[in-house]
Amino acid sequence: MWDYLKLIGLGLLALLAAIAANYAHDLAYQVNAVTVMLAAGISFLYVLRTAGDPRPNLQHEYFDGVVRAGAIATAFWGVVGFLVGVVIATQLAFPQLNFEWAQGYLNFGRLRPLHTSAVIFAFGGNALIMSSFYIVQRTSAARLFGGSLGWFVFWGWQLVIVLAATGYVLGATQGKEYAEPVWYVDILITVVWVAFLVAFMGTLFKRKEPHIYVANWFLLSMILTVAMLHLVNNAAIPVSIFGSAQVQLYAGVQDAMVQWWYGHNAVGFFLTAGFLGMMYYFVPKQAERPVYSYKLSIIHFWALIFLYIWAGPHHLHYTALPDWASTLGMVFSVILWMPSWGGMINGLMTLSGAWDKLRTDPIIRMMVVSIGFYGMSTFEGPMMSIKAVNSLSHYTDWTIGHVHSGALGWNGMITFGVLYYLVPRLWNRERLYSLKLVSWHFWLATIGIVLYASSMWVTGIMEGLMWREVDANGFLVNAFADTVAAKFPMYVVRALGGGLFLTGALIMCYNLWMTVRAQPQRVTQHAAVPAE
Amino acid sequence: MCAKPIKKEPKQVETTGHIWDGIEELNNPMPRWWVWTFYATIVWGIGYSVAYPAWPLITGATPGLIGSSTRADVAAEIARVDAANAEIKASLVAADLNGIGTDPDLAAYAERAGAAVFRTNCSTCHGSGAAGFEGKGYPNLLDDDWLWGGTMEDIHLTITHGIRNTTDADARYSQMPSFGADELLDPTQNSQVVEYVLQMSGQDHDAALATAGATVFAENCAACHLEDGAGDRAQGAPRLNDAIWLYGGSREAITASINVANFGVMPNWNTRLSEDEIRAVAFYVHSRGGGE
Repeated sequence: MWDYLKLIGLGLLALLAAIAANYAHDLAYQVNAVTVMLAAGISFLYVLRTAGDPRPNLQHEYFDGVVRAGAIATAFWGVVGFLVGVVIATQLAFPQLNFEWAQGYLNFGRLRPLHTSAVIFAFGGNALIMSSFYIVQRTSAARLFGGSLGWFVFWGWQLVIVLAATGYVLGATQGKEYAEPVWYVDILITVVWVAFLVAFMGTLFKRKEPHIYVANWFLLSMILTVAMLHLVNNAAIPVSIFGSAQVQLYAGVQDAMVQWWYGHNAVGFFLTAGFLGMMYYFVPKQAERPVYSYKLSIIHFWALIFLYIWAGPHHLHYTALPDWASTLGMVFSVILWMPSWGGMINGLMTLSGAWDKLRTDPIIRMMVVSIGFYGMSTFEGPMMSIKAVNSLSHYTDWTIGHVHSGALGWNGMITFGVLYYLVPRLWNRERLYSLKLVSWHFWLATIGIVLYASSMWVTGIMEGLMWREVDANGFLVNAFADTVAAKFPMYVVRALGGGLFLTGALIMCYNLWMTVRAQPQRVTQHAAVPAE
Repeated sequence: MCAKPIKKEPKQVETTGHIWDGIEELNNPMPRWWVWTFYATIVWGIGYSVAYPAWPLITGATPGLIGSSTRADVAAEIARVDAANAEIKASLVAADLNGIGTDPDLAAYAERAGAAVFRTNCSTCHGSGAAGFEGKGYPNLLDDDWLWGGTMEDIHLTITHGIRNTTDADARYSQMPSFGADELLDPTQNSQVVEYVLQMSGQDHDAALATAGATVFAENCAACHLEDGAGDRAQGAPRLNDAIWLYGGSREAITASINVANFGVMPNWNTRLSEDEIRAVAFYVHSRGGGE
């Protein structure tokens, strides 16, 4: 019965997508409609072929297939996102790489959202979904809720990524930073995200442990808050159901405020709370040490999620935003400093008694460096939110450096650590193919981040100082083009740093591939048993 | 030093008793410095939001005890600079255009103000160093080759009213015909006159074609560009017998310009810049090296 419903639904979807492709007003919409049609068609065939197959009862086993797929997707989208990042960094240093023949498709303006979405939502999103599924099952001692719902979340999310990415290159965008996907992709994101919430919550409900582990608090706060942010910020009316254009519900400074309430909390809940959830599970596991302080984890969790949501206005200092909103954004950002650092303390202190592992275990080293970068960027953020600092740093490359020390250092490094932890376990391998290659990855990535962040600090502060320089009569001393010319050497250094980071990720992919292919099987049991 | 007690092993702190997938939690207290820094930022936050505009009310927001307003700060800063410059601005507007350079104070002010105006408004086309963009129709302002004249009065007029725009009736205006596209010259004549222009600008050329081209030039081009190709500033007709080119001096570029004429446009800045700013930037351009 259920299979019939699925077949009818998928068939209708494929048909509707075909109709939509036929009536499309713009190329991006047409390509997206064809993509949806193909996805629905392939799913239709898959359901048709497997309909009526016996379903073994797997309730006593963890649902790890979707986590394995998530690990592959994380590594794949990571490499894609880093590669596009290196390309656009090089385009900024050498504008002639915005080739004439690729105008309107592969110039900086089209590729930039592709890069940010690929790293945040494709790489980061897959990392979060994959590790949420892994963590919630282990710490609940229960199989993922909802049968094959996990697969729907996984494939739905990949479809979101493909639709968004092809849309950007062909010109379909909402023009809102980190919320570029157009209205129909937003609807799909909502559906997939609700399925994610259901799978996660359902697993928590049927947990066999009496308490909910701290990692799950963070992951759940991420899922819930991102849902709210997504719905509010993407409120829009489509111009036509057969086109990718839409009109925002908000206008002017209200729109800007909603956008940065969203934008800041995408950082706060997606890239901070969600990844803290990953840290709270994988760092104690890899270090084989207890979490440092239960009390600290409670206090910093509630303080973090309460305070983060108010910090958005610091993105709009000295704009049309009223002074009072600006003040509140700054005050909440500064108070956020310690709650953010609570996670760093708990992560680092979990290693006390196991510090010697830094010498022997490159995965722990990766996790520790990622917590270090987390601490650094969560200090830098509150500092940059102070109006006086912001008047220098705003609109400059300092912001880019700040974001990347967080994104490459914290999100990137912790995800690499998690992949190194997970792959041998997910594929039942004795060990990683090569710890030496992990060390190479570690150093390439670390040096890459240092080059990236420091070059952006230098060029950002220089740029800020050049912009504000006035002579005795109050006239600006530098033209904008002067600052662009002065930044050139730092842009080359930045692209080099990005290249090192990408090289490290490629080494990781090779290492993980060889782990799965060439390492001996490990005999383990997958039974979902509650801990003692 | 050895007498100091060794730091307690974490194992000695009790755990909460919960275990998830092998993970335990220690019951360590929160670090004191962390707690106190957190309190300090909260106290500071309350103080700051009392001092500055912060808490939203039904209409408006609390203004803050110290009466801070970023908009008022900007307005005051602009007013301060305006007041400081008011006198010298007035004397710049009152001065004879050619007298600006003789008054050191006025010249120094006009140089700085002009540079700022230039960077903000002119550098987009003419480049931040005023060297233009050769071959793309953005004239170099550093040399002594002027399309519409290089005296202070000429430059001032060009900036004020612009060139070939439709927004100012006093804009400088002239238009070259598209000799090739509109079939005013046949292809043979076209290639002849190209060789002649190459000859007069001292480049490699086909002598036979150039000789024939001289007649074509005299009949079709000399009215504006003059007999010897010296150009006519009264009509904005560029000089052709030198090595400075607006749209390129190669055989291909000249052929293209004769085939479809160029029509370079400059906005009239009188709606965007004040008279003192126009005078300042005219002085700045004039003093770049080519001023007459």
